[in-house]
Amino acid sequence: MDTALHAPVIARPPPDRTAGPLAWLRANLFADWKNTLATLVVVAIIARLLPDIVDWALVRAVARPDNAACRALEHTGACWGVIAEKYRLILFGRYPYDEQWRPLLATLLMVAMLVASCTRVLWSRWLVVAWIAVLAVFFALMRGGVAGLAAVETARWGGVPLTMLLSTLSIAAAFPIAILVALGRRSHLPAIRTLCIVYVELIRGVPLISVLFMASFMFPLFMPPGITVDVLVRVLVGITLFAAAYLAEVVRGGLQAIPKGQHEAAAAMGLSYWQTQRKIILPQALRMVVPSIMNSFISTFKDTSLVTIVSLYDLTGSLALALGGDADWRQFYLEGYLFIAAIYWTFCFAMSRYSQWVERHLNIGHSRR
Amino acid sequence: MSESIISFEKVSKWYGDFHVLRDVDLSVAKGERIVICGPSGSGKSTLIRCINALEEYQEGRLIVDGILLTDDVKAIEAVRKDVGMVFQQFNLFPHLTVLENLTLAPMWVGRVPKKEAEERAMAQLTRVRIAEQAGKYPLQLSGGQQQRVAIARSLCMTPKIMLFDEPTSALDPEMIKEVLDVMIELAGMGITMLCVTHEMGFARSVADRVIFMDQGQIVEQNTPAEFFAHPKSERTRDFLSKILSH
Amino acid sequence: MHSKKRDWSWRSRATRGLIYQAVAVAAICAAVWFLAHNTLENMRVRGIQSGFGFFLQPAGFDIGESAFAFDSADPYWKAFLVGLSNTLRAAVVGIVLTTILGTLIGIGRLSRNFLVRSLCTGYVELFRNIPVLLQLLMWYFVLNEWLPPVSEALHPLPGIFLSKSGMSFPVPEWEQGHLVTLSGLALGIAAAWLYRRRARAGFERTGVARPMVWPALAIATAGALLGWLAGGAPTALEFPIRNDLNVSGGGAVTPEFLAVTIGLTVYTASFVAEIVRSGIQSVPWGQTEAAGALGLSRGHALKLVLLPQALRVIIPPLTNQYLNLTKNSSLAVAVGYPDLVSISNTTLNQTGRAVECIAVIMAVYLTLSLVTAGLMNWYNARSAIRER
Repeated sequence: MDTALHAPVIARPPPDRTAGPLAWLRANLFADWKNTLATLVVVAIIARLLPDIVDWALVRAVARPDNAACRALEHTGACWGVIAEKYRLILFGRYPYDEQWRPLLATLLMVAMLVASCTRVLWSRWLVVAWIAVLAVFFALMRGGVAGLAAVETARWGGVPLTMLLSTLSIAAAFPIAILVALGRRSHLPAIRTLCIVYVELIRGVPLISVLFMASFMFPLFMPPGITVDVLVRVLVGITLFAAAYLAEVVRGGLQAIPKGQHEAAAAMGLSYWQTQRKIILPQALRMVVPSIMNSFISTFKDTSLVTIVSLYDLTGSLALALGGDADWRQFYLEGYLFIAAIYWTFCFAMSRYSQWVERHLNIGHSRR
Repeated sequence: MSESIISFEKVSKWYGDFHVLRDVDLSVAKGERIVICGPSGSGKSTLIRCINALEEYQEGRLIVDGILLTDDVKAIEAVRKDVGMVFQQFNLFPHLTVLENLTLAPMWVGRVPKKEAEERAMAQLTRVRIAEQAGKYPLQLSGGQQQRVAIARSLCMTPKIMLFDEPTSALDPEMIKEVLDVMIELAGMGITMLCVTHEMGFARSVADRVIFMDQGQIVEQNTPAEFFAHPKSERTRDFLSKILSH
Repeated sequence: MHSKKRDWSWRSRATRGLIYQAVAVAAICAAVWFLAHNTLENMRVRGIQSGFGFFLQPAGFDIGESAFAFDSADPYWKAFLVGLSNTLRAAVVGIVLTTILGTLIGIGRLSRNFLVRSLCTGYVELFRNIPVLLQLLMWYFVLNEWLPPVSEALHPLPGIFLSKSGMSFPVPEWEQGHLVTLSGLALGIAAAWLYRRRARAGFERTGVARPMVWPALAIATAGALLGWLAGGAPTALEFPIRNDLNVSGGGAVTPEFLAVTIGLTVYTASFVAEIVRSGIQSVPWGQTEAAGALGLSRGHALKLVLLPQALRVIIPPLTNQYLNLTKNSSLAVAVGYPDLVSISNTTLNQTGRAVECIAVIMAVYLTLSLVTAGLMNWYNARSAIRER
């Protein structure tokens, strides 16, 4: 047995087989025959398709709003000119042309508020106040009739501002409902618990389109004769009720994760039920499920596209508005679809990246090990 | 001197750019019981995980029970039949009962009929004093019980070599003794044992050799008596002072 | 021997609880009464009748695509049935395809190959973040615009024609012989099951593993084959034939069906891929190591240790996605595929019976959801990993 002291061996860099770009290629692309085959197949497919796609989308594309030039292409190249020609109609719907700076400003304000809400530094009571203020300004800008702005009825609202309004407002309104329903579901009182369970399971069991139909066709019947409800409000109520049911389940998940000891400690201190919820339980529960809340928001944002089916011209519907009636430009629908798909994708991707960042860095949603 | 059953010859391993095992030379005789200690990051776990090919090495030669370990699948399978391993996190299969955990490998790898496998399993469970839990599921047991089941599971394959990777580090203090008792009993049976642990009492009572590793190298190795009484290297003294101070 | 004295004072928790509940129930009842009253008033004012009797009246519209015969003289309830069958058709095909596609992509995301991994990740991130309605509309547009007209239909495989009018494919002509084939298949499956039982018992008795998958498949196929031969080997397939103007014969699906099915499959597969991936990753690495350390081959480790644990994590959210796919099929109304919601919408516009039509849609979907939830709960209870 060798008990002598060994001369220390200095660390060496690894042989080329384990590190360096060559090693990366070997491990990631050519590890064994199956991998090599897959690499070759994928490269072959990309080599076949990519040049054609680039050709269509960039090389032969026409970016000027020149209808004749676009037609001359005969679909060998993309006609981005349709976007250049119609973008205001797509982005803002039927809003009067001259006043379109108003929805633009309103949307930018809303987006700024959303970004501000995402920076943790700014989370405080003032944020809620700021939100209320911004929403008021949003409505004032869109609706008009104040401060010398011309009045624009809600039926003419459309495009991106409408999508933003529907998603933000419905989630904002759904929040308090969701919290109440989640608390109700965990209540000891059987009647309240049953009511909440029925509400959640009913809404979650049916497609959003049926809720929108209900909102669209049945709400006018629900109101006393003679009272009409704005179509925007009806749709908003529908989406809010829908979002609230899913959000209630998310909040309930957070509530369930709070250890019983928290309730007991609060009770021992003499706090009432509502004080306990407001000061102790809900802050912790909500913080835990921020990523899931973000996912709910992303889903609602995507779901607003359904309002086209009930004839509101959000971003998806405004495309039909812009191109459907125009025989000259109608054949370039694909470019239009790609344009709005890109807008949706950008928003949703940014939000989902942010949600993943939150999950990682704020250490919530996962148990600590 | 009995022939060596494990032989490391200038074995080097890298994790990416980090040189984790540096030209390690080690020879383990049949039936020898070895305790490996050292600071975290010294490569001791990596060393024993190379023995049953859970880690691959890049340079040198490693021969286990006469088989040269490369990335040849057949060699790895042959080695793993004869080498048992007990993990820090137990790694019992939660969806199977304790008995099923133990009979899985004998039936599917060892081609043992079910009845015989179950008899063997019950014998091992009795040896680790946990036979009454045979029908339970792993997550219904305490940590100490789970680790004893894990030891029994490895023994069911009648290995020639047993590897222990910090078997008591994840246990609550009051359960460490029950696991160490089983390991001490095992040590008296003639199986070759390599154990990475901080339990120096165990090393003193059972080990034939204590090895101290630091920075990927074997710094010092000696009989327990000599090792604890007269550590030769400064680093060894430093390490021992830290862990023996309480 | 004391029974607990009920303290009916104002301040007792029991009393308060009862009062809150009573108030809540009363409020809900009042709200419901208010809404119902208004509804009846409105309907009276507008001359809309109520009641489900209208379901027996002739529909007065044709349905473009149906699994069974329907014309405008058939009653409304039959129209709804056609809609339901269309919904289920799209949903079942969509569920099967999305499971296959989603599983492949989910596994691909864990591949060692950088290109495969990136492509799969790209797929998921792309299709997850675009609204499903938009995807359906785009697929419909592409199928409508870029497929050739019927007279120049694409002919990618023998017997398959693809054009603006949809896809035609060969269908077997139903004969007596097919019945025998099916019974042969059933017997084959039974025999295969018996074989597996015997092989398993043999394995447990002797320890020598007999192959269980391939022989079982072979036996089932042999049964089907024998049945087919016994039935007179019916080979008649009705092939679609293309003449100058048309493709006729064979089975056909409309471009609307294709748009709905492909769109839903592609969208839902991105979610299924994530579920499969996180299910596989949820099994701790130590399980693979322990299985390897025991000497289990990769195949055995997968079958005995990894898949059982991964499936427990995958199946509940997977069923949720199946349900989502079924609910999303309601968007078919936007592309003109006559599913349940679409037919209900037409009926609603025609008869003005909003309440009844919407109630029917909601009832059907609710039933599907509750049945699925029930099955899921049963599965969860049965397969739960038992803990302290």
